Amino acid sequence: MSLNPITASAAEIAGAVRAGSITASQVTEAVLAAIRTRGQTLNAFTAVTEERARAKAAALDARRAQSGALGALGPLAGVPFAVKNLFDVAGVPTLAGSKINREHPAATRDATLIERLEAAGGVLVGALNMGEYAYDFTGENVHDGPSRNPHDTLRMTGGSSGGSGGAVAGQLVPLSLGSDTNGSIRVPASLCGIFGLKPTYGRLSRARTFPFVASLDHLGPFARTVSDLALAYDAMQGHDPDDPVCVQRPAELTLPRIDEGIDGLKIAIAGGYFRKGAAPEALTALERVATALAARREIEIPEATRARAAAYVITATEGAALHLDRLRTRAHDFDPAVRDRLIAGAMVPATLVNKAQKFRRWYRARVLEIFTEVDVILAPATPCTAPLIGQQTFVLDGVELPVRANLGIYTQPISFIGLPVVVVPVPLKPLPIAVQIIAAPWREDMALRVARALERAGVVAAPALAI
Amino acid sequence: MTTQPDALDGLIEAAVQALDLPLEPAWQPAIKANLAVTLRQAALVTDFPLPDDTEPAPVFQA
Repeated sequence: MSLNPITASAAEIAGAVRAGSITASQVTEAVLAAIRTRGQTLNAFTAVTEERARAKAAALDARRAQSGALGALGPLAGVPFAVKNLFDVAGVPTLAGSKINREHPAATRDATLIERLEAAGGVLVGALNMGEYAYDFTGENVHDGPSRNPHDTLRMTGGSSGGSGGAVAGQLVPLSLGSDTNGSIRVPASLCGIFGLKPTYGRLSRARTFPFVASLDHLGPFARTVSDLALAYDAMQGHDPDDPVCVQRPAELTLPRIDEGIDGLKIAIAGGYFRKGAAPEALTALERVATALAARREIEIPEATRARAAAYVITATEGAALHLDRLRTRAHDFDPAVRDRLIAGAMVPATLVNKAQKFRRWYRARVLEIFTEVDVILAPATPCTAPLIGQQTFVLDGVELPVRANLGIYTQPISFIGLPVVVVPVPLKPLPIAVQIIAAPWREDMALRVARALERAGVVAAPALAI
Repeated sequence: MTTQPDALDGLIEAAVQALDLPLEPAWQPAIKANLAVTLRQAALVTDFPLPDDTEPAPVFQA
Protein backbone atom coordinates (compact mmCIF):
# COMPACT_ATOMS: atom_id res chain seq x y z
CA MET A 1 0.00 0.00 0.00
CA SER A 2 2.07 2.97 -1.25
CA LEU A 3 -0.74 5.50 -1.35
CA ASN A 4 -1.52 7.33 1.91
CA PRO A 5 -5.33 7.34 1.90
CA ILE A 6 -5.45 10.09 4.53
CA THR A 7 -3.51 12.68 2.55
CA ALA A 8 -4.42 11.48 -0.95
CA SER A 9 -6.91 13.27 -3.14
CA ALA A 10 -10.15 11.61 -4.22
CA ALA A 11 -8.80 11.21 -7.75
CA GLU A 12 -5.62 9.55 -6.44
CA ILE A 13 -7.61 7.15 -4.27
CA ALA A 14 -9.96 6.21 -7.11
CA GLY A 15 -7.02 5.70 -9.47
CA ALA A 16 -5.23 3.46 -6.98
CA VAL A 17 -8.34 1.42 -6.21
CA ARG A 18 -9.05 0.92 -9.90
CA ALA A 19 -5.41 -0.04 -10.50
CA GLY A 20 -5.49 -2.48 -7.62
CA SER A 21 -2.60 -0.92 -5.72
CA ILE A 22 -4.86 -0.41 -2.70
CA THR A 23 -8.25 -1.86 -1.87
CA ALA A 24 -11.38 0.13 -1.06
CA SER A 25 -11.47 -1.69 2.26
CA GLN A 26 -7.95 -0.53 3.15
CA VAL A 27 -8.91 3.05 2.35
CA THR A 28 -12.10 2.76 4.37
CA GLU A 29 -10.35 1.31 7.43
CA ALA A 30 -7.71 4.06 7.35
CA VAL A 31 -10.38 6.74 7.20
CA LEU A 32 -12.52 5.16 9.94
CA ALA A 33 -9.44 5.03 12.18
CA ALA A 34 -8.72 8.71 11.53
CA ILE A 35 -12.32 9.62 12.37
CA ARG A 36 -12.13 7.61 15.62
CA THR A 37 -8.93 9.36 16.72
CA ARG A 38 -8.36 12.84 15.27
CA GLY A 39 -12.06 13.19 14.53
CA GLN A 40 -12.82 13.49 18.22
CA THR A 41 -10.87 16.73 18.47
CA LEU A 42 -12.39 18.28 15.38
CA ASN A 43 -15.96 17.28 16.36
CA ALA A 44 -16.82 17.09 12.69
CA PHE A 45 -18.91 13.90 12.68
CA THR A 46 -22.27 13.33 14.35
CA ALA A 47 -22.69 9.80 12.94
CA VAL A 48 -20.19 7.34 11.51
CA THR A 49 -21.70 4.73 9.18
CA GLU A 50 -18.96 2.14 9.73
CA GLU A 51 -20.95 -0.97 8.90
CA ARG A 52 -22.38 0.49 5.74
CA ALA A 53 -18.98 1.82 4.63
CA ARG A 54 -17.29 -1.53 5.17
CA ALA A 55 -20.01 -3.33 3.21
CA LYS A 56 -19.78 -0.89 0.31
CA ALA A 57 -15.98 -1.09 0.22
CA ALA A 58 -16.07 -4.89 0.32
CA ALA A 59 -18.55 -4.93 -2.56
CA LEU A 60 -16.24 -2.68 -4.60
CA ASP A 61 -13.26 -4.92 -3.86
CA ALA A 62 -15.23 -8.01 -4.83
CA ARG A 63 -16.28 -6.40 -8.09
CA ARG A 64 -12.70 -5.49 -8.91
CA ALA A 65 -11.52 -9.00 -8.07
CA GLN A 66 -14.09 -10.40 -10.50
CA SER A 67 -13.59 -7.93 -13.33
CA GLY A 68 -9.85 -7.19 -13.04
CA ALA A 69 -8.09 -3.90 -13.61
CA LEU A 70 -10.33 -2.95 -16.50
CA GLY A 71 -13.46 -3.39 -14.42
CA ALA A 72 -15.77 -0.40 -14.41
CA LEU A 73 -15.56 0.68 -10.80
CA GLY A 74 -16.55 4.27 -11.41
CA PRO A 75 -14.68 7.57 -11.22
CA LEU A 76 -14.96 7.72 -7.41
CA ALA A 77 -14.04 4.09 -6.77
CA GLY A 78 -13.40 3.64 -3.08
CA VAL A 79 -13.41 7.39 -2.29
CA PRO A 80 -14.64 8.00 1.26
CA PHE A 81 -17.00 10.92 1.65
CA ALA A 82 -19.27 12.38 4.33
CA VAL A 83 -22.30 14.65 4.25
CA LYS A 84 -23.70 17.51 6.32
CA ASN A 85 -26.29 15.97 8.61
CA LEU A 86 -29.19 17.57 6.75
CA PHE A 87 -28.78 14.96 3.98
CA ASP A 88 -30.99 11.88 4.38
CA VAL A 89 -28.86 8.83 5.08
CA ALA A 90 -30.87 5.61 5.09
CA GLY A 91 -31.03 4.23 8.60
CA VAL A 92 -30.06 7.51 10.33
CA PRO A 93 -32.37 10.34 11.52
CA THR A 94 -31.74 13.56 9.58
CA LEU A 95 -30.74 15.95 12.36
CA ALA A 96 -30.20 19.17 10.41
CA GLY A 97 -28.16 20.21 13.45
CA SER A 98 -31.20 20.22 15.69
CA LYS A 99 -32.29 18.56 18.92
CA ILE A 100 -35.88 18.27 17.72
CA ASN A 101 -35.13 16.13 14.66
CA ARG A 102 -33.40 13.51 16.81
CA GLU A 103 -36.89 12.20 17.49
CA HIS A 104 -37.58 11.75 13.78
CA PRO A 105 -37.60 8.23 12.40
CA ALA A 106 -34.52 7.15 10.53
CA ALA A 107 -34.49 8.11 6.86
CA THR A 108 -35.55 5.27 4.60
CA ARG A 109 -33.63 6.33 1.50
CA ASP A 110 -30.47 8.30 0.82
CA ALA A 111 -30.51 11.82 -0.61
CA THR A 112 -30.16 11.87 -4.39
CA LEU A 113 -26.62 13.27 -4.27
CA ILE A 114 -25.47 10.45 -1.98
CA GLU A 115 -26.99 7.93 -4.37
CA ARG A 116 -25.12 9.53 -7.27
CA LEU A 117 -21.75 9.64 -5.49
CA GLU A 118 -22.13 6.02 -4.44
CA ALA A 119 -23.17 5.02 -7.95
CA ALA A 120 -19.82 6.48 -9.04
CA GLY A 121 -18.02 4.30 -6.49
CA GLY A 122 -17.95 6.62 -3.47
CA VAL A 123 -18.13 5.21 0.05
CA LEU A 124 -20.25 7.14 2.55
CA VAL A 125 -18.60 7.13 5.97
CA GLY A 126 -20.87 9.40 7.99
CA ALA A 127 -22.87 12.53 8.72
CA LEU A 128 -21.33 15.86 9.71
CA ASN A 129 -21.89 18.52 12.34
CA MET A 130 -23.62 21.76 11.32
CA GLY A 131 -25.23 24.90 12.71
CA GLU A 132 -28.81 24.34 13.82
CA TYR A 133 -31.21 24.15 10.88
CA ALA A 134 -28.45 25.77 8.76
CA TYR A 135 -29.26 29.27 10.13
CA ASP A 136 -25.62 29.92 10.94
CA PHE A 137 -22.25 31.15 9.66
CA THR A 138 -20.08 29.96 12.59
CA GLY A 139 -20.18 26.14 12.65
CA GLU A 140 -21.13 26.25 16.31
CA ASN A 141 -23.90 24.02 17.62
CA VAL A 142 -25.37 24.11 21.14
CA HIS A 143 -26.48 20.46 20.97
CA ASP A 144 -23.43 18.77 19.46
CA GLY A 145 -20.70 21.27 20.35
CA PRO A 146 -18.79 23.39 17.86
CA SER A 147 -17.03 22.09 14.78
CA ARG A 148 -13.35 22.94 15.29
CA ASN A 149 -11.00 24.43 12.73
CA PRO A 150 -8.18 21.98 11.94
CA HIS A 151 -5.68 24.84 11.61
CA ASP A 152 -6.44 26.07 15.14
CA THR A 153 -8.96 24.08 17.14
CA LEU A 154 -9.83 27.12 19.25
CA ARG A 155 -11.21 28.75 16.12
CA MET A 156 -14.43 28.41 14.17
CA THR A 157 -14.78 26.33 11.05
CA GLY A 158 -17.38 28.73 9.76
CA GLY A 159 -20.84 27.46 8.96
CA SER A 160 -23.33 26.30 8.67
CA SER A 161 -21.55 23.36 6.95
CA GLY A 162 -18.92 23.39 9.71
CA GLY A 163 -18.27 19.66 9.90
CA SER A 164 -18.07 19.48 6.10
CA GLY A 165 -15.27 22.06 6.14
CA GLY A 166 -13.48 20.61 9.16
CA ALA A 167 -13.59 16.99 7.95
CA VAL A 168 -11.96 17.80 4.61
CA ALA A 169 -9.45 20.36 5.89
CA GLY A 170 -8.62 18.03 8.78
CA GLN A 171 -7.87 15.15 6.39
CA LEU A 172 -10.57 12.89 7.75
CA VAL A 173 -12.13 12.51 4.28
CA PRO A 174 -11.05 13.87 0.88
CA LEU A 175 -14.59 14.85 -0.06
CA SER A 176 -17.72 16.13 1.68
CA LEU A 177 -21.06 17.66 0.81
CA GLY A 178 -22.70 20.70 2.33
CA SER A 179 -25.47 23.18 1.71
CA ASP A 180 -25.25 26.88 0.94
CA THR A 181 -28.23 29.20 1.38
CA ASN A 182 -26.36 32.43 2.00
CA GLY A 183 -22.75 31.23 2.16
CA SER A 184 -22.74 28.00 4.16
CA ILE A 185 -20.34 26.23 1.78
CA ARG A 186 -18.22 29.26 0.94
CA VAL A 187 -17.69 30.57 4.49
CA PRO A 188 -16.38 27.29 5.98
CA ALA A 189 -14.31 26.61 2.84
CA SER A 190 -12.66 30.00 3.38
CA LEU A 191 -12.07 29.67 7.12
CA CYS A 192 -10.84 26.06 6.81
CA GLY A 193 -8.70 26.71 3.73
CA ILE A 194 -10.21 24.25 1.25
CA PHE A 195 -11.98 24.35 -2.10
CA GLY A 196 -15.77 24.56 -2.29
CA LEU A 197 -18.28 24.70 -5.11
CA LYS A 198 -21.70 26.28 -4.83
CA PRO A 199 -23.26 25.45 -8.20
CA THR A 200 -25.93 27.42 -10.01
CA TYR A 201 -29.30 27.43 -8.23
CA GLY A 202 -31.25 24.48 -9.58
CA ARG A 203 -28.23 22.61 -10.93
CA LEU A 204 -27.92 19.86 -8.29
CA SER A 205 -30.83 17.99 -6.79
CA ARG A 206 -31.81 18.81 -3.23
CA ALA A 207 -34.14 15.82 -2.97
CA ARG A 208 -34.25 14.17 0.43
CA THR A 209 -32.33 16.87 2.26
CA PHE A 210 -33.75 18.96 5.10
CA PRO A 211 -34.51 22.41 3.66
CA PHE A 212 -33.94 25.88 5.08
CA VAL A 213 -34.94 28.56 2.56
CA ALA A 214 -36.36 26.96 -0.57
CA SER A 215 -35.78 30.14 -2.61
CA LEU A 216 -32.05 30.12 -1.87
CA ASP A 217 -30.97 26.58 -0.93
CA HIS A 218 -28.10 24.99 -2.88
CA LEU A 219 -26.00 21.86 -2.30
CA GLY A 220 -22.39 21.30 -3.30
CA PRO A 221 -19.03 19.65 -2.61
CA PHE A 222 -15.89 20.48 -0.58
CA ALA A 223 -12.46 19.06 -1.48
CA ARG A 224 -8.71 19.69 -1.15
CA THR A 225 -8.13 19.93 -4.91
CA VAL A 226 -9.98 21.55 -7.78
CA SER A 227 -10.08 18.30 -9.76
CA ASP A 228 -11.78 16.55 -6.87
CA LEU A 229 -14.45 19.26 -6.80
CA ALA A 230 -15.06 18.72 -10.51
CA LEU A 231 -14.99 14.95 -10.16
CA ALA A 232 -17.67 14.98 -7.50
CA TYR A 233 -19.71 17.71 -9.18
CA ASP A 234 -19.77 15.86 -12.49
CA ALA A 235 -20.93 12.69 -10.76
CA MET A 236 -23.83 14.56 -9.13
CA GLN A 237 -25.17 16.49 -12.13
CA GLY A 238 -28.39 15.71 -13.94
CA HIS A 239 -32.12 16.31 -13.62
CA ASP A 240 -34.01 14.83 -10.70
CA PRO A 241 -37.82 14.84 -10.76
CA ASP A 242 -37.79 14.59 -6.95
CA ASP A 243 -36.60 18.22 -6.69
CA PRO A 244 -38.95 20.63 -8.50
CA VAL A 245 -36.19 23.26 -8.65
CA CYS A 246 -33.67 20.93 -10.32
CA VAL A 247 -33.47 21.93 -13.98
CA GLN A 248 -33.85 19.73 -17.05
CA ARG A 249 -30.35 20.50 -18.34
CA PRO A 250 -28.22 17.50 -19.25
CA ALA A 251 -24.99 17.00 -17.35
CA GLU A 252 -22.28 19.38 -18.62
CA LEU A 253 -19.06 17.67 -17.60
CA THR A 254 -16.35 19.97 -16.29
CA LEU A 255 -13.44 17.66 -15.54
CA PRO A 256 -12.51 16.98 -19.18
CA ARG A 257 -12.05 20.73 -19.77
CA ILE A 258 -10.60 21.76 -16.44
CA ASP A 259 -7.05 22.21 -17.77
CA GLU A 260 -8.01 24.40 -20.72
CA GLY A 261 -6.56 27.42 -18.93
CA ILE A 262 -7.74 30.99 -18.80
CA ASP A 263 -6.75 32.25 -22.24
CA GLY A 264 -9.57 34.32 -23.63
CA LEU A 265 -11.44 34.60 -20.35
CA LYS A 266 -12.32 38.13 -19.24
CA ILE A 267 -11.77 38.31 -15.50
CA ALA A 268 -12.78 41.27 -13.35
CA ILE A 269 -12.60 42.18 -9.67
CA ALA A 270 -15.68 43.21 -7.71
CA GLY A 271 -15.14 46.64 -6.19
CA GLY A 272 -17.20 48.88 -3.95
CA TYR A 273 -19.27 46.81 -1.56
CA PHE A 274 -16.92 43.83 -1.94
CA ARG A 275 -13.91 45.80 -0.66
CA LYS A 276 -15.61 47.57 2.19
CA GLY A 277 -15.01 45.95 5.55
CA ALA A 278 -12.43 43.47 4.32
CA ALA A 279 -9.56 42.80 6.70
CA PRO A 280 -6.03 43.15 5.25
CA GLU A 281 -5.68 39.37 4.86
CA ALA A 282 -8.86 39.18 2.76
CA LEU A 283 -7.52 41.90 0.48
CA THR A 284 -4.08 40.25 0.32
CA ALA A 285 -5.68 36.98 -0.79
CA LEU A 286 -7.75 38.77 -3.40
CA GLU A 287 -4.72 40.65 -4.69
CA ARG A 288 -2.65 37.48 -5.03
CA VAL A 289 -5.39 35.78 -7.03
CA ALA A 290 -6.04 38.84 -9.20
CA THR A 291 -2.34 39.31 -9.88
CA ALA A 292 -1.88 35.67 -10.89
CA LEU A 293 -4.78 36.02 -13.31
CA ALA A 294 -3.62 39.42 -14.59
CA ALA A 295 -7.08 40.71 -13.68
CA ARG A 296 -7.02 44.49 -13.46
CA ARG A 297 -10.51 45.58 -14.41
CA GLU A 298 -12.70 46.49 -11.48
CA ILE A 299 -16.48 46.32 -11.84
CA GLU A 300 -19.27 47.43 -9.54
CA ILE A 301 -22.03 44.96 -8.79
CA PRO A 302 -24.93 47.37 -8.40
CA GLU A 303 -26.97 47.53 -5.21
CA ALA A 304 -25.14 44.68 -3.50
CA THR A 305 -26.08 46.12 -0.09
CA ARG A 306 -29.75 45.89 -0.98
CA ALA A 307 -29.22 42.41 -2.41
CA ARG A 308 -27.85 41.22 0.90
CA ALA A 309 -30.73 42.94 2.69
CA ALA A 310 -33.30 41.22 0.47
CA ALA A 311 -31.62 37.85 1.01
CA TYR A 312 -31.76 38.54 4.74
CA VAL A 313 -35.51 39.21 4.64
CA ILE A 314 -36.30 36.16 2.48
CA THR A 315 -34.17 33.97 4.74
CA ALA A 316 -35.75 35.17 7.97
CA THR A 317 -39.30 34.76 6.70
CA GLU A 318 -39.04 31.54 4.71
CA GLY A 319 -37.08 30.02 7.57
CA ALA A 320 -39.80 31.10 10.00
CA ALA A 321 -42.50 29.61 7.78
CA LEU A 322 -40.63 26.31 7.63
CA HIS A 323 -40.35 26.11 11.41
CA LEU A 324 -43.64 27.77 12.47
CA ASP A 325 -45.18 24.65 13.99
CA ARG A 326 -41.98 23.73 15.79
CA LEU A 327 -41.71 27.28 17.13
CA ARG A 328 -45.24 27.01 18.51
CA THR A 329 -44.75 23.65 20.17
CA ARG A 330 -41.03 23.14 20.77
CA ALA A 331 -39.57 26.61 21.22
CA HIS A 332 -37.46 25.54 24.21
CA ASP A 333 -35.73 22.85 22.16
CA PHE A 334 -34.18 25.30 19.66
CA ASP A 335 -30.80 26.96 19.98
CA PRO A 336 -31.96 30.27 21.52
CA ALA A 337 -30.04 32.29 18.93
CA VAL A 338 -31.84 30.46 16.12
CA ARG A 339 -35.22 30.52 17.84
CA ASP A 340 -35.21 34.27 18.46
CA ARG A 341 -34.37 35.03 14.83
CA LEU A 342 -37.04 32.65 13.55
CA ILE A 343 -39.74 34.04 15.85
CA ALA A 344 -38.83 37.54 14.68
CA GLY A 345 -38.98 36.32 11.08
CA ALA A 346 -42.51 35.03 11.61
CA MET A 347 -43.60 38.58 12.44
CA VAL A 348 -42.39 40.23 9.22
CA PRO A 349 -45.27 41.29 6.92
CA ALA A 350 -45.58 39.38 3.64
CA THR A 351 -45.54 42.66 1.68
CA LEU A 352 -41.87 43.06 2.53
CA VAL A 353 -41.04 39.55 1.39
CA ASN A 354 -42.77 40.11 -1.92
CA LYS A 355 -40.80 43.32 -2.40
CA ALA A 356 -37.60 41.40 -1.73
CA GLN A 357 -38.49 38.82 -4.37
CA LYS A 358 -39.24 41.59 -6.88
CA PHE A 359 -35.95 43.24 -6.12
CA ARG A 360 -34.27 39.89 -6.67
CA ARG A 361 -35.46 39.80 -10.27
CA TRP A 362 -34.32 43.39 -10.90
CA TYR A 363 -30.89 42.69 -9.40
CA ARG A 364 -30.49 39.46 -11.37
CA ALA A 365 -31.04 41.35 -14.63
CA ARG A 366 -28.41 43.97 -13.74
CA VAL A 367 -25.80 41.39 -12.77
CA LEU A 368 -26.46 39.36 -15.92
CA GLU A 369 -25.70 42.53 -17.90
CA ILE A 370 -22.22 42.51 -16.33
CA PHE A 371 -21.72 38.96 -17.58
CA THR A 372 -22.18 40.15 -21.16
CA GLU A 373 -18.84 41.97 -20.69
CA VAL A 374 -16.90 39.67 -18.36
CA ASP A 375 -16.74 35.92 -17.83
CA VAL A 376 -15.64 35.69 -14.23
CA ILE A 377 -15.74 38.03 -11.22
CA LEU A 378 -13.41 37.79 -8.22
CA ALA A 379 -14.48 38.76 -4.70
CA PRO A 380 -13.43 37.94 -1.15
CA ALA A 381 -15.17 34.92 0.39
CA THR A 382 -15.08 36.12 3.98
CA PRO A 383 -14.09 39.47 5.49
CA CYS A 384 -11.46 37.86 7.75
CA THR A 385 -9.80 34.59 8.75
CA ALA A 386 -11.38 32.25 11.29
CA PRO A 387 -12.60 33.99 14.48
CA LEU A 388 -12.34 32.28 17.85
CA ILE A 389 -15.10 29.87 18.82
CA GLY A 390 -17.59 31.81 20.90
CA GLN A 391 -16.45 35.17 19.59
CA GLN A 392 -19.54 37.36 19.36
CA THR A 393 -18.29 40.44 17.52
CA PHE A 394 -15.52 41.59 15.23
CA VAL A 395 -14.49 44.95 13.83
CA LEU A 396 -14.98 45.51 10.12
CA ASP A 397 -13.97 48.84 8.66
CA GLY A 398 -13.83 50.33 12.16
CA VAL A 399 -17.33 49.19 13.08
CA GLU A 400 -18.01 46.49 15.69
CA LEU A 401 -20.48 43.98 14.24
CA PRO A 402 -21.92 40.58 15.23
CA VAL A 403 -19.79 37.73 13.82
CA ARG A 404 -22.72 35.39 13.25
CA ALA A 405 -24.57 37.69 10.88
CA ASN A 406 -21.60 39.22 9.10
CA LEU A 407 -19.27 36.40 8.09
CA GLY A 408 -21.41 36.11 4.97
CA ILE A 409 -21.43 39.72 3.82
CA TYR A 410 -19.62 38.87 0.57
CA THR A 411 -21.38 35.59 -0.12
CA GLN A 412 -25.02 36.63 0.35
CA PRO A 413 -25.35 39.00 -2.62
CA ILE A 414 -24.04 36.22 -4.91
CA SER A 415 -26.14 33.23 -3.84
CA PHE A 416 -29.14 35.58 -3.74
CA ILE A 417 -29.34 35.19 -7.52
CA GLY A 418 -27.96 31.67 -7.67
CA LEU A 419 -24.66 32.35 -9.44
CA PRO A 420 -22.12 29.49 -9.47
CA VAL A 421 -19.05 30.08 -7.32
CA VAL A 422 -15.82 28.17 -6.75
CA VAL A 423 -14.08 29.18 -3.55
CA VAL A 424 -10.28 28.94 -3.69
CA PRO A 425 -8.10 28.94 -0.54
CA VAL A 426 -5.04 31.18 -0.35
CA PRO A 427 -2.65 29.57 2.15
CA LEU A 428 -1.72 32.65 4.16
CA LYS A 429 -0.01 32.26 7.54
CA PRO A 430 -1.10 31.66 10.21
CA LEU A 431 -4.58 31.06 8.82
CA PRO A 432 -5.92 30.57 5.29
CA ILE A 433 -8.67 32.62 3.68
CA ALA A 434 -10.43 32.19 0.35
CA VAL A 435 -11.53 34.11 -2.71
CA GLN A 436 -14.78 33.63 -4.62
CA ILE A 437 -14.56 32.91 -8.35
CA ILE A 438 -18.02 33.85 -9.60
CA ALA A 439 -19.37 32.91 -13.03
CA ALA A 440 -22.57 33.44 -15.00
CA PRO A 441 -25.40 30.97 -14.42
CA TRP A 442 -24.59 27.45 -15.68
CA ARG A 443 -20.89 28.28 -16.21
CA GLU A 444 -19.42 26.27 -13.37
CA ASP A 445 -16.92 25.09 -15.98
CA MET A 446 -15.38 28.55 -16.26
CA ALA A 447 -15.05 29.03 -12.51
CA LEU A 448 -13.44 25.60 -12.19
CA ARG A 449 -11.01 26.33 -15.05
CA VAL A 450 -9.89 29.53 -13.35
CA ALA A 451 -9.55 27.73 -10.01
CA ARG A 452 -7.47 25.01 -11.64
CA ALA A 453 -5.19 27.55 -13.32
CA LEU A 454 -4.58 29.19 -9.94
CA GLU A 455 -3.89 25.82 -8.35
CA ARG A 456 -1.38 24.91 -11.06
CA ALA A 457 0.31 28.27 -10.58
CA GLY A 458 0.69 27.50 -6.88
CA VAL A 459 -1.34 30.52 -5.82
CA VAL A 460 -4.15 28.59 -4.16
CA ALA A 461 -3.96 25.35 -2.20
CA ALA A 462 -5.39 23.65 0.85
CA PRO A 463 -2.63 24.06 3.47
CA ALA A 464 -1.17 20.75 4.62
CA LEU A 465 -1.70 19.74 8.22
CA ALA A 466 1.05 18.52 10.49
CA ILE A 467 -0.41 15.14 11.51
CA MET B 1 -39.87 53.30 6.05
CA THR B 2 -38.94 53.71 9.70
CA THR B 3 -40.28 51.73 12.62
CA GLN B 4 -40.18 53.19 16.10
CA PRO B 5 -38.90 50.87 18.82
CA ASP B 6 -42.16 51.15 20.75
CA ALA B 7 -44.09 50.20 17.64
CA LEU B 8 -42.09 46.97 17.62
CA ASP B 9 -43.34 46.11 21.10
CA GLY B 10 -46.88 46.48 19.81
CA LEU B 11 -46.15 44.45 16.69
CA ILE B 12 -44.57 41.67 18.75
CA GLU B 13 -47.47 41.57 21.19
CA ALA B 14 -50.03 41.46 18.37
CA ALA B 15 -48.12 38.90 16.32
CA VAL B 16 -47.66 36.60 19.30
CA GLN B 17 -51.43 36.54 19.79
CA ALA B 18 -52.45 36.46 16.13
CA LEU B 19 -49.96 33.78 15.12
CA ASP B 20 -50.09 31.76 18.34
CA LEU B 21 -46.36 32.18 18.89
CA PRO B 22 -44.62 31.55 22.19
CA LEU B 23 -42.94 34.43 23.97
CA GLU B 24 -41.21 34.45 27.33
CA PRO B 25 -40.16 37.78 28.87
CA ALA B 26 -36.49 36.80 28.67
CA TRP B 27 -36.76 36.28 24.91
CA GLN B 28 -38.35 39.66 24.18
CA PRO B 29 -35.17 41.78 23.88
CA ALA B 30 -33.50 39.41 21.42
CA ILE B 31 -36.65 38.95 19.35
CA LYS B 32 -37.16 42.71 19.27
CA ALA B 33 -33.55 43.29 18.24
CA ASN B 34 -33.80 40.70 15.48
CA LEU B 35 -37.10 42.11 14.26
CA ALA B 36 -35.60 45.60 14.19
CA VAL B 37 -32.64 44.38 12.12
CA THR B 38 -34.89 42.52 9.68
CA LEU B 39 -37.17 45.52 9.24
CA ARG B 40 -34.17 47.79 8.67
CA GLN B 41 -32.97 45.40 5.99
CA ALA B 42 -36.45 45.31 4.49
CA ALA B 43 -36.50 49.11 4.43
CA LEU B 44 -33.42 49.09 2.23
CA VAL B 45 -35.39 47.01 -0.24
CA THR B 46 -38.69 48.91 -0.08
CA ASP B 47 -36.88 52.24 -0.43
CA PHE B 48 -35.68 51.15 -3.85
CA PRO B 49 -38.21 52.08 -6.55
CA LEU B 50 -39.18 49.29 -8.93
CA PRO B 51 -41.59 49.37 -11.86
CA ASP B 52 -45.08 48.07 -11.10
CA ASP B 53 -44.68 45.32 -13.65
CA THR B 54 -41.60 43.81 -12.03
CA GLU B 55 -42.24 40.11 -11.57
CA PRO B 56 -41.15 38.50 -8.31
CA ALA B 57 -38.17 36.19 -8.81
CA PRO B 58 -40.02 32.86 -8.37
CA VAL B 59 -42.20 32.23 -11.42
CA PHE B 60 -44.70 29.40 -11.17
CA GLN B 61 -45.16 27.28 -14.28
CA ALA B 62 -48.37 25.27 -14.54
